[in-house]
Amino acid sequence: MASFKPTKVYTYPKLGEKVTEDTLYWKNYKAPVQIKEFGAVTKIEFSPVAPHNYVVTASTRIQVYRPQSQEPVQSFTRFRDTAYGGSFRGDGKLVVAGSEEGLIRLFDVGGRVALRQFRGHSKAVHVTSFLSDGYRVVSGSDDLSCRMWDVASGTQLSSYTEHTDYVRAGAASRLNPDLYITGSYDHTVKLFDMRVGGSVMTMQHGHPVESVLLYPSEALLVSAGGRYVKVWDLLKGGQQLVSLKNHHKTVTCACLSTTDNKLLTGSLDRHVKVYNSSYKVVHNFDYATSILSLAVAPDDEVMAVGMTNGVLSVRQKKHTNDKQEVLTKRRRTPAYRVFKGKNYIPKQDDFLVSKPVKQHLQKYDRQLKSFQVSKALDSALETWRRFHNPEVTVAVMIELNRRGTLKNALSGRDEQSLTMLLNFLIKHVTDPRFSRILLMVSDMIIDLYHDVAPQSSIVERLFQRLLELLGREAELQQELLQVLGILDTLFASLAPRQEVSGPAAPPIMLGSQQQAA
Amino acid sequence: MVEQSGVRVVRCGGNKINFRAPIITKDCRFLICGSGDSVKVFSTSTEECVHVLEGHTDQVTGVALNPANHLQVYSCSADGTVRLWDFIDGILIKTFIFGYPILSLYVSEKHAGVIFVIVAMENQNKGENFQLLALHLPKVPDQEVEAKDMFAVLCDISPNPGSTAFGQGGEYIASALGLRLNVYFFRKQKTYRFSLKATDKKGAKNAFTCVACHPKDDCIATGHEDGKIRLWRNFNQKKEYTYSTQHWHHNAVSSLCFTPEGMHLLSGGVESVLVQWHCEEVNKKDFLPRLGGAISHIAVSSDGQMYCTSHSDNKINIIHCSFKLSAVIQGLVKGNIWTDLVIDSRTKALVMNGRPGHLQFYSLQQDKQLYSLDIVQQEYIYEEGLDQFEVMKAVFDVRGNWLATVEERGRDSDLEFALKLWGFNESAQSLELNTTITAAHQDRITSMCFSPSTETTMLVTAAKDGQFKVWLLGTDSETQKEQASWSCDFVGSYHGLQPTNCCFSSDGSLLAVSFEEVVTVWSSDTWGLLTTLCQPPGPIRELCFGRLSCSKYLLATTPKNLLCWNLLTCSLEWSTPMDVHLLRSDPLSDIIAAFCLHSKSSNLFVFRPSEPRPLFTQKAVCEGKVQRCVFAPRAEPLDSCDERFQWLNRSRLYYLTEKMELLSFSTQTEDERILKSRKQLLVDDSVAVTPFYLLLGKHRRQQEEEDKLNFMTNKVSERTQHPQASVAVKELLHTPAHVLPAASFLCSMFVNSLLISNTESREEKQPSEKDEDSDKEEDDSEEEMETGDGQQEIRTQGSVEEAPPKLSKAEEKELRRVRKTDFSWVTSLSSS
Repeated sequence: MASFKPTKVYTYPKLGEKVTEDTLYWKNYKAPVQIKEFGAVTKIEFSPVAPHNYVVTASTRIQVYRPQSQEPVQSFTRFRDTAYGGSFRGDGKLVVAGSEEGLIRLFDVGGRVALRQFRGHSKAVHVTSFLSDGYRVVSGSDDLSCRMWDVASGTQLSSYTEHTDYVRAGAASRLNPDLYITGSYDHTVKLFDMRVGGSVMTMQHGHPVESVLLYPSEALLVSAGGRYVKVWDLLKGGQQLVSLKNHHKTVTCACLSTTDNKLLTGSLDRHVKVYNSSYKVVHNFDYATSILSLAVAPDDEVMAVGMTNGVLSVRQKKHTNDKQEVLTKRRRTPAYRVFKGKNYIPKQDDFLVSKPVKQHLQKYDRQLKSFQVSKALDSALETWRRFHNPEVTVAVMIELNRRGTLKNALSGRDEQSLTMLLNFLIKHVTDPRFSRILLMVSDMIIDLYHDVAPQSSIVERLFQRLLELLGREAELQQELLQVLGILDTLFASLAPRQEVSGPAAPPIMLGSQQQAA
Repeated sequence: MVEQSGVRVVRCGGNKINFRAPIITKDCRFLICGSGDSVKVFSTSTEECVHVLEGHTDQVTGVALNPANHLQVYSCSADGTVRLWDFIDGILIKTFIFGYPILSLYVSEKHAGVIFVIVAMENQNKGENFQLLALHLPKVPDQEVEAKDMFAVLCDISPNPGSTAFGQGGEYIASALGLRLNVYFFRKQKTYRFSLKATDKKGAKNAFTCVACHPKDDCIATGHEDGKIRLWRNFNQKKEYTYSTQHWHHNAVSSLCFTPEGMHLLSGGVESVLVQWHCEEVNKKDFLPRLGGAISHIAVSSDGQMYCTSHSDNKINIIHCSFKLSAVIQGLVKGNIWTDLVIDSRTKALVMNGRPGHLQFYSLQQDKQLYSLDIVQQEYIYEEGLDQFEVMKAVFDVRGNWLATVEERGRDSDLEFALKLWGFNESAQSLELNTTITAAHQDRITSMCFSPSTETTMLVTAAKDGQFKVWLLGTDSETQKEQASWSCDFVGSYHGLQPTNCCFSSDGSLLAVSFEEVVTVWSSDTWGLLTTLCQPPGPIRELCFGRLSCSKYLLATTPKNLLCWNLLTCSLEWSTPMDVHLLRSDPLSDIIAAFCLHSKSSNLFVFRPSEPRPLFTQKAVCEGKVQRCVFAPRAEPLDSCDERFQWLNRSRLYYLTEKMELLSFSTQTEDERILKSRKQLLVDDSVAVTPFYLLLGKHRRQQEEEDKLNFMTNKVSERTQHPQASVAVKELLHTPAHVLPAASFLCSMFVNSLLISNTESREEKQPSEKDEDSDKEEDDSEEEMETGDGQQEIRTQGSVEEAPPKLSKAEEKELRRVRKTDFSWVTSLSSS
């Protein structure tokens, strides 16, 4: 005696993005925590030492957050005008920041008052950074100059005015305390060597440079500006490696993840994109507004994104043990039921009588098993199932059709359930996966109810909507077929004269078009 | 008919076992049913076929236990004989020659020496008309008796055996035909007729379909075409009869049966649900659903411990009375065959359509269904006129790792079909679904084939939408490495013509696709069109490449010609005007078999594409068209020296006729070999056939054979050596301990082997002669038969005693010592 075979629910191939390891990795973040700042968040930087606090530059404040808490642990508010480019020293004890007024301030992480103030720039300073020895600070300013300052004395060591436009990006080498890279709105990226006393390498980015970034090996340099992200090989004398154009607005920031050195870029188009080592986009984060700044904590524990509307969005990484805790908590309650008698180990002489395993069936399957077709359709149309698993609802409809009882199941419905059914049809009838059976269902419903439809205004309106929808869909399909025909002729004329036809569109697509047409 | 050629057409099993109701023996150990020309005895516990009772020359139409002796069974056949068998030993006891085709057989305890048969009425011109005859079986000691003493009991009855039944204690007989129920009382010799109106008010179909009588009560249950069951009472008078109606079945009730105590009534129909009605509580019913095909017969053992149902899909279910399925006997399902006959290279089984939505794997050697693979994986609804998915195509790849199936539902406008690919799972040792492609093409798939090349797994499907597609097994991303799935690799078409056939060359480098009248040849590496072949014109029916030495040839059939192209020169090598409708190449050799229809019978031609003359021809291999054919590789190749039969050495050709008979060709040497093996396979029937039994039985048989050999060859008069002993000891020492039989069994054997037997061949020859005599004697009377078993035992004992061993003194002393030693532990062992 064979057991009842449950309704086969087809799993349809997911169109679009494929699930890869990267998407799984980058999806493994909790829901973002939104922190409201006083103005646009222009710079975020993580401290290189544990516990990896991060400094956020927004409006006239510079604030230091702990990765876990949402309240700032430290806040520097002594700016008269907008602050820019707050960044940590290598030991995480000092913070340097420029400002709109041209003043550069140096803070102790513990204190409130500025330890040093470097004066000299005549215009706003957007970029400040410690060199890797920790005794010197570099800055880039809108007055076209880059200057180096001595931390101990607070005096200016040198000044270079090689750029011909605002200097808006900079990065100091971590391996060599004398190397320093700036990016400017004059479309160039320059590598300065303090020992030489000037730039040693110039790379043409082609667009105003918003951000520069060095790989930890310091052989590769990333520059972002305009819609382009470019990667340069410094060891080959600044040869361009790749040019990426994945954003459709200006790329404002770039950073590297610590695992595998994945490149992340944020843009005014509200997306953060993640690239793999061959510079293919492997993941995409969407944000509410344009992104100005982006930083990832060491070990990718935290991802912080600053936006133009002053919102700082912080995502924490999910940990597997968190999940397990939740699961174990859940499991504990029904344990007495699950393990009742199951942990009993039979002794040697015991005669074991095995209980037949009861087949678990879904509600609609139980009803189908006892030939209650209308009820089975009802339970397949339950709200939750209808919205979350429309393929199950459709599978039950297919099964009813196969049994030849679809008409019976559809007939004799009241206004409410008919409305539900029609709404479901309107939502899904154009879905190529479902259209075949749903068109059949709509035909049957129209056959069954067209006499009584005018009695209910709601049903009549829904019928109207269905009609319009199908009309529009038919037009659309016609146009698509026309385009397909045009393309076919183009391909045919392009290809060399051969009897082989080119690879056609995927079969499912073609099938659905035919059905809909 | 074809004796001069030495090749014989043989039927290859797969007979219907569901033609008539089976019976269960009194001790519930065996199930007996008619199967084609023979009666088969199955063990109810192990499902093995214990005996095949062969003797009838036409379809067996009924079996019934002898009411006088429950170890004997009557069988009747369309050849006009009734035979009495001993089913324990598988011996034909008696043959009663009646002379007219018998349709059914009934026995009753009250009517000793009489059996009742249904025959077609004599001298009737208009239509079929049947009568029930009582046949007196003459008590003559002859083995073949003409039974001429008969009288008609009921005239004008239904030929269906289920619509006639004996009542309580054989006092009356009830028979139904159309809308009339006839009850004949033997004592009064009177027939009462009850009839129903043609249609009720509700338009129910009232025609009777089957009848059953209560064994302890005056009650008749009748089944009707609309699914109703009526229980008739008080029918021993014309007027005041009553009936009550029960309705559960939604379609005709095909079989009814009361349990022996009359507590329950069993009914079944096309729904394949066994319904058990409680006679005391009318509304209580038990159900046993999804048993298989439509239930055609229900039978109950005489102690009510076991039920059995036979189904339309050639299956018998044995059900314990607690309503649990205990055993299934499954024959070859012969419904509609849409798929080609395919050989699974792993199991060497023949694969074809089985139960609806399934593929059956049928072992040709064992005449047994190995298993059934569920392709459609949907609940089958037992309802007439419902269009459900059916497997239309099935193809295996060369190594049996992949199976591709196509299932279809609906007609042209609302055609639904799915292409499924099944991979062989090594750990589970079964085929598992890998990929389902729901819209592989836009129209029906006409042909598909796997590439025989070992490097790639590739499938080509050709469909009516004018395209052929190439499917490749591949992994598309890193995360799904273990789960390789199939995807489309190439789509080809040729001037919008419909492809009809596709075929790969034996090395897989070329693909030939026939588009209506044109054959196109493609390279499987680049998917470039290499050449087209279209001379002489005609729609291509079949396409096939030559193998091995003839792999350069491509063969095709059109309604008029058989064509052969040489692919090296791309020209027509030869063609013959023949209407070949089936062309199949042998995968193991270079020969090709072609069937063609000639004057309503099929002719077979076996040829090599390179040679102009056919190797072998046989005319009239069967009536009508040959539906399908396949070459099945042999387990061990024959070594026939005759050139004409060499094509049968490597593989065997099976073919399916219009009447769904599975036929094959057999040579003389092969027949002899089979006969030999059959003798070897004879087993002791008193023990149920279990694997353990087979192990023991094999041992015992070996011994017996060796003994026999020694008797036959009179060369050795006295033996100093005891080969038998050494064999036993050797076996004891060399068999792994876990497969050794019980020590109690071995002990006696071991001790026996130590004894010195000096039996003389002359003395031992006597029992074998005696055997022959006793065979004749056994048929003399039934009483002797019963004691037959005992006699045999005595005889065997006697043979031992007849040879008194002459022992030396020392040996005698030793023997005495052995006798004295305490062997009580052996008995304790054996009793445990």
